[in-house]
Amino acid sequence: MQCQICNKNEATIHLTEIIDGVRSEMHLCEICAQEQGIAIKTTIPVNELLSNLLAVQPTDEELSGHSDKDLICPHCGFTLEQFRKEALLGCPYDYEVFEKSLLPLIERAHNGGTTHCGKLPSRVPRDAKRQIELLNLRHQLETAVQGEDYEMAAKLRDKINQMEK
Amino acid sequence: MKLTDLSSDINEWFDGSGPLSDIVISSRVRLARNLAGYKFLTRCSNTDKSEILKKLKDILLSLDLGDKVFYISIDKSSALDRHLLVERHLISRSHAFGKGPRGAVIAEREFFTAMINEEDHLRLQVLKAGCQISSCAKQINKIDDMIEQKVEYAFSPRYGYLTACPTNLGTGIRVSVMLHLPALKMTGQIEKFFNAARDMGLAVRGLFGEGTEAVSDLYQLSNQVTLGISEDSVVTAFEKTIIPEVVEYENAARNQLLSRQSDVLEDKISRAMALLQNARLISSQEALFLLSHLRLGLNLHKHQGASTPAIKRLCALGGSDTDDKSSLSIRTINRLFMLTLPAHLQLNYGKPLDATHRDALRAQIIRSALGQTS
Repeated sequence: MQCQICNKNEATIHLTEIIDGVRSEMHLCEICAQEQGIAIKTTIPVNELLSNLLAVQPTDEELSGHSDKDLICPHCGFTLEQFRKEALLGCPYDYEVFEKSLLPLIERAHNGGTTHCGKLPSRVPRDAKRQIELLNLRHQLETAVQGEDYEMAAKLRDKINQMEK
Repeated sequence: MKLTDLSSDINEWFDGSGPLSDIVISSRVRLARNLAGYKFLTRCSNTDKSEILKKLKDILLSLDLGDKVFYISIDKSSALDRHLLVERHLISRSHAFGKGPRGAVIAEREFFTAMINEEDHLRLQVLKAGCQISSCAKQINKIDDMIEQKVEYAFSPRYGYLTACPTNLGTGIRVSVMLHLPALKMTGQIEKFFNAARDMGLAVRGLFGEGTEAVSDLYQLSNQVTLGISEDSVVTAFEKTIIPEVVEYENAARNQLLSRQSDVLEDKISRAMALLQNARLISSQEALFLLSHLRLGLNLHKHQGASTPAIKRLCALGGSDTDDKSSLSIRTINRLFMLTLPAHLQLNYGKPLDATHRDALRAQIIRSALGQTS
């Protein structure tokens, strides 16, 4: 599709505007869009992002009939309401206490990631360490298969098998 | 260590050296950590904050970081000193102007800072010139290991390192590169870069400007995802995919300027020279905007072998503080970028100055560096 303004370049920006119920569409190339002052917002402040994410989630009543809303963290006295305002949590236990409400948000903020697969402190007990390492290896295997790096995938598979023995 | 020892020159990571430094000015890796057994800072009393501060400060000052380190109590520092640390990228704006007991441990060569009681109990950063992300990551990991021998971090097997904001959860790693992208801006393609960054899940922000506008064509590009991905994967993505792509975009735009839009380029460089050599009053924003064009001209000469009339005139500008007296260096331009920022100007002058006096002093420093004697 060609740009409606210059009629030369490929239209890569497609705008739909609805004013008083009347829908209009515009198809523009990047240069003309820029000249028209149409810029795509690329960075959203973290606070805004978090409160937007929280706002679009179904409420807990909708999901299960019981609510996290009135829950208070026994360790720090924090509530979800405060998190909505400040976008910061009160203590490390909040991740467990408010897990149900936080998980969808964590998932969206981390592009679907919900499990740590990076560095481990040396103090972590050996068993837990093994579990996490296995998780990491499985994750790497998945990535290797997706990237069609079968040689790497085979190596990872062997390593996982060995660890599971 | 006095802050005026720092303010008289640029820091090592801003001296124009390092791999790909014509486009990638510096690399930074930051880790976010919290101590187990304490609440996050939003719920900490000042007594708790002081205890955390003392604990972490003592540990950091006892470590062998490969350089002398010094400690600054941020809540007790003057506003000017705090501004200086922000201008030098040693602490964040929110650390400088936050609340409660907080401090920073800084390496004298400025490659390392630990902010204590910023948003998390501990924020570590390592900065290097040019594209050196994996080297930063290696060094910060080593420092983190040393600290971890002496404290217990808040960690969960499922979520990794626990942070006050869920957006830093997991590895707590934030890789940032400072990029100079004047040609993408001049050729009207900077939006393309923004869109590509967004598609790769990266955040872009302008640097040295007010708000998010990048008056100096300097942008900071950072990862946003910290959970479900290893530190190595984040670093590799930057080094193998992201940086090469951005460098290719910017170089293509630079070649386009030289081959097809040389009049635009000549105009921008000539105007920047004329204004900077003659202005008697210049704001920080205007200086940054114009210096960016000089930096582009010098790099086009050095890396693309360009020698248009304006670039030839630019290269011939020598000043009293250039390393090579016969030609203008990138180091001189970088020095001007940093040393003409408001807090640097005032600390080097020795006392606070109002905006008009700052603008006059800034114009004078620039004229002198560009070889103008009057």
